[in-house]
Amino acid sequence: MIKKRPKALYVDHKYCPGCGHGIVNRLIAEVLEEMNEDENALCAVAVGCSSLMPDTFGIDIVQAQHGRAAAVAIGMKKCRPDSMVFSYQGDGDALAIGLSETMYAAIRNDNITVILVNNHNFGMTGGQMSPTTLENQRTTTTPFGRDVAKTGQPLDIVKLLKNFDIAYLARGTTSNNREILKTKKYIKKAFENQKQRKGYSMVEVLSPCPTNWGISPLEACQKIDNVSTEVFLTGEFKKEEA
Amino acid sequence: MKERMVIHCESCKGCGYCADNCPKEAIALKGATNKAGYLTPIVDEELCILCGVCYNVCPDYVYEIY
Amino acid sequence: MQKELMKGNDAIAEAAVRAGCRFFSGYPITPQSEILEYLSWRLPEVGGNFVQSESELSGISMVYGAAATGTRAMTSSSGPGFSLLQEGISYIASAELPCVIVDVMRYGSGLADIFTGQGDYWQAVKNGGHGDYRCIVYAPNSVQEAVDLTALSFQKADEYRNPVIILSDASICQMMEPVKFPPMIEHDNNQYEWALKGKGKGKSKRHTSTMYYNDNYDEYLNLKYKRIEDNEQKWETYLVEDAEIVLVAYGISSRICVEAVDKSRSQGKKIGLIRPISLYPFPTKAFEELPEAKAFASVEISCLSQMIEDICLAVKGRLPVYPIRSGMSVYESDDICSSIDKILNSKCKEVY
Repeated sequence: MIKKRPKALYVDHKYCPGCGHGIVNRLIAEVLEEMNEDENALCAVAVGCSSLMPDTFGIDIVQAQHGRAAAVAIGMKKCRPDSMVFSYQGDGDALAIGLSETMYAAIRNDNITVILVNNHNFGMTGGQMSPTTLENQRTTTTPFGRDVAKTGQPLDIVKLLKNFDIAYLARGTTSNNREILKTKKYIKKAFENQKQRKGYSMVEVLSPCPTNWGISPLEACQKIDNVSTEVFLTGEFKKEEA
Repeated sequence: MKERMVIHCESCKGCGYCADNCPKEAIALKGATNKAGYLTPIVDEELCILCGVCYNVCPDYVYEIY
Repeated sequence: MQKELMKGNDAIAEAAVRAGCRFFSGYPITPQSEILEYLSWRLPEVGGNFVQSESELSGISMVYGAAATGTRAMTSSSGPGFSLLQEGISYIASAELPCVIVDVMRYGSGLADIFTGQGDYWQAVKNGGHGDYRCIVYAPNSVQEAVDLTALSFQKADEYRNPVIILSDASICQMMEPVKFPPMIEHDNNQYEWALKGKGKGKSKRHTSTMYYNDNYDEYLNLKYKRIEDNEQKWETYLVEDAEIVLVAYGISSRICVEAVDKSRSQGKKIGLIRPISLYPFPTKAFEELPEAKAFASVEISCLSQMIEDICLAVKGRLPVYPIRSGMSVYESDDICSSIDKILNSKCKEVY
């Protein structure tokens, strides 16, 4: 078995050491190449750490406005229905400013795939609170820890979307080998659903953010395994019956 | 085994996922320091079974396994 | 081809389809909702895509995505909705993609009124969005001209790889007039090498601010807009050759001005009218070669007079420019005539 970086990832990326984006990029590239869809793929990339993706991922990409990647993806899919179209967003982008676009793509069951990389903060801008920041988590705008009485509970988009009529919904992590293998399966299933025109698919991936969490990469992965996944459950939540 | 594994040390950012996840504990970040300033991995060829977990968990595509 | 009696909004929608537009996403807002309603059945007829988006933010974003694939795409809005489009327009202009945006102006800021106004001039012509870019802006003054300018808008958007705004108003878009349509154009969205369709066997393409990979960006952008300013000015004149006071008005105001000019002429006053059709590029060439002119007057349904500044720039301080305004109630030709009299009798205190 050959394990080698996918052709589409043609140059080193600039993500932080230990960041899950590098792994998610590779999983998407592997899946697209295995499905022979890399030449056919279109991506709407969000604002945030995700906007580093076009520098290194060699497929056709549009840089969307903050929060609107799902809508940009829909515009592309409607005009190129045979392309594999996905949006690549972070938790702040898709669940704060972009919550409306995220929800409506699901409400309409638009035939796109949303890859949502969740690191519990607004990473690119320095680590402010995001909708998925955990209770009591310290961020630059919650210096005393997130007070859910004032700011609300962390937002679990899976809880909302699993009630909609969509094709596929799953959450994985990049925190250890087993989870990474599962996450790759989820991403593959999501793209297969799109190819079979079954409707909207989303894969949320919990990712470590050592830089803004202020801990080492290994500690960050442990935090995901021991803390995040208690709040944000992993697995497949919506899939077509066999 | 040497012919079957390539390690791109210049891409390494020293996160340690490979060392932590290797089922045979064959990897240690004790190699040369690369241009970016990170200690790069050294793989103990006696212990390595070429399972590919290091490739799987690495965010920087350091490992190639044939 | 037969003439039909049609409402402005419907005519613009049909004209877009004839021009090869095959994607529309937008949100209802008075007085342009009929554009959505018309396209919701017309676009599927021609194999196009219509999406009623959840907000204007999403609407312009979908247009951005569609435009990136080489498809002729359009959105439309008014007032507060037009404000919401601005970030998206800046992104589309920055990526140098073509699209058409229709703004059917209503009067006022904030929630405002739903009847006609001309208070979005600054926002459309001077950039509502951030950064250095311009949108080509066309202002029709009849339903037929709205049809003609819609076709021109898609053509110029593709030619310059730039968004084009059709700055209409509630009167033009709600009135019904006889109109003739051009034949249908079939637009091939694969004809442009920049269009996204999957990289195939070639290099991948990225649509984002072109400033990231144009080493000569500053000079390039300057030259681009200079070319547009030199070549795309459009205007019409009425009785300006011997006019002493030249009115300057666009859209519905220009139609009221034609009557005002006729009334004044019948009383022996030498009044003329310059009607800008392109607001960007502003038709500065129209202001040359007017040897008899002693003053200009901007006639706008805007209580702060927005276009008057561009007239002053075009006139370069050679002659005074007076504001004639309307707002909460729209002026009639008699109101404009009495304003003209005030200017002639040196009773108009406010002058630029």
